Amino acid sequence: MKKRQTTNVKRLTSTIDIDHTAKLANLDLSPAEKKTFDAQLGKVLDYINKLNEVDTKDVLPIDQITSVQNVTREDMPTPSLSQDDALKNAPRTYNGFFEVDAVFEKNNPE
Amino acid sequence: MIDTTALTIQETCSLIASKQIKTVELTHSFLDRAKKLNSKLNAFITICEEIALKQAEKIDDLISDNQSLGPLAGIPVGIKDLYLTKGIKTTAGSKVLENYIPVYDSTSIARLKEANVVIIGKTNLDAWGHGSSGENSDFGPTKNPYDLTRVPGGSSSGSAAAVVSDMCLAAFGTDTGSSVRLPAAFCNLVGLKPTYGRVSRYGVIAMASSLDSIGHFTKTVYDNALVLNVTAGYDPRDSTTSQDKVSDYTKDIQKGVNGLKIGLPREYFKDLDKDIKKITMDAVKKLENAGASIQEVSLPHTQYAVATYYIIQPSEVSSNLARYDGIRFGFARDKFGQEAKRRIILGTFTLSSGYYDAYYLKAMKVRRLIKEDFNNVFKKVDILICPTSPSLPFKLGEKVNNPLQMYLSDIFVVSQNLAGVPSLSVPCGFIRNLPVGMQIVGPHFSEKLLYQAGYTYEQETKWYERKPKMGN
Repeated sequence: MKKRQTTNVKRLTSTIDIDHTAKLANLDLSPAEKKTFDAQLGKVLDYINKLNEVDTKDVLPIDQITSVQNVTREDMPTPSLSQDDALKNAPRTYNGFFEVDAVFEKNNPE
Repeated sequence: MIDTTALTIQETCSLIASKQIKTVELTHSFLDRAKKLNSKLNAFITICEEIALKQAEKIDDLISDNQSLGPLAGIPVGIKDLYLTKGIKTTAGSKVLENYIPVYDSTSIARLKEANVVIIGKTNLDAWGHGSSGENSDFGPTKNPYDLTRVPGGSSSGSAAAVVSDMCLAAFGTDTGSSVRLPAAFCNLVGLKPTYGRVSRYGVIAMASSLDSIGHFTKTVYDNALVLNVTAGYDPRDSTTSQDKVSDYTKDIQKGVNGLKIGLPREYFKDLDKDIKKITMDAVKKLENAGASIQEVSLPHTQYAVATYYIIQPSEVSSNLARYDGIRFGFARDKFGQEAKRRIILGTFTLSSGYYDAYYLKAMKVRRLIKEDFNNVFKKVDILICPTSPSLPFKLGEKVNNPLQMYLSDIFVVSQNLAGVPSLSVPCGFIRNLPVGMQIVGPHFSEKLLYQAGYTYEQETKWYERKPKMGN
């Protein structure tokens, strides 16, 4: 069976812990989807694991592509969306705000 | 009614400017064709008839007033449904955004509007740009106009199908790792993946941010250069755009290739299908006859490109889509389709604790080696020529249940995104009545050179004259 990786050790694998990963990704997957993804992504992992053949001992990870680095701008406000426009596509609004479900439970001890 | 099938942007611009045709009449003709053929091809998700005609009237008014016109005045275009268009529904090809109407324009759209184009509609795509065939659209697959049982290539599937079937004269796509070039090759079109940072991505729904480039489709090389003249350039809203000067890409396009050094990367030709190899080598021969010199070169890490790409791209996809919450617009995350979920899971995994070093970090190291391959090779040659696709346009349904096979369709087109270099896919002939494309690849910001080489080849061949049989 698949084991959850608990320590921070580099390791290649042929299986993804779908339940754990789906939870991290905030996706609700059906049992059928889990089964399909498990098989399909297993094959993808076997394929991408071939990167292990490449010796990268003295190679730094790439950090830019076209020499454009550390781009900043003045911290000045500029015209932006109106409140009405910003809310135009919101599924739920309340008094000019986005409305969301409560994040914290009421009687949450501590 | 104007016959839309014979026009290019270059000709149409002069017909409009010299008042030989009215923009409204032209727009009606393209809209009629788009509406008629769309039931067959499913190239457009939205056709914006009213908005297009209003814009056309405005341009005709400018002309009759002798006002100055933008460089693409009156040109009918299709826009991949990943570009935010103010007031026009933008779905990303996904049911998640089925009801989303943006309140602002992406920078590219703003520039195109300033150039006075007419937007005919929003084109179909693999949802969120995830795909190589167009079949991952939540709104049904687009068909290849040359053979309705085959894919047009993806993810910018509808844009390619729309241009080659003469529903518009140019269409816009995005290329994260094939999505303009593969459909261009499968649909006998000129497709540009510009240098990373040459064209602003602001307001185009992100797929994988270190790879995304904004490109476009046209019938001819000259038309393609005309369009890049409008879209290229620095945008303070996209910090990855370059402040390097933008050339006039049409100027000196007829310069020829005399003395140009062309490299053929041996890794791309080694196991290549023999018919595709022959057709590509015939094209190379034409450039050699025009004065270019040809030599074999090596990009030694080519065989690792797809593996590298299919770690970095899903990682960035998962990170970008992790922020999607359905609170400010669109529907909830449960509406994501199969391929989006698959990529989110894969990318979340390759970024997750314990696996980050073995996958994402490893891929970012190999990516440096792939980029260095290109740096090294461009010390010896000016441009590279290689095939765009390892196969002809494949059958609808052929690869849908085998994601790995689908991912391997991108084998010749992902390295350029990893290295950030520009690539122009140009038509190079037909095999069994299906189009074949080849890539002209150059160093960063060498788009002008790519157009010169492409133009020289195109003058010899004019493959764009071979149209799909769509009827009228």
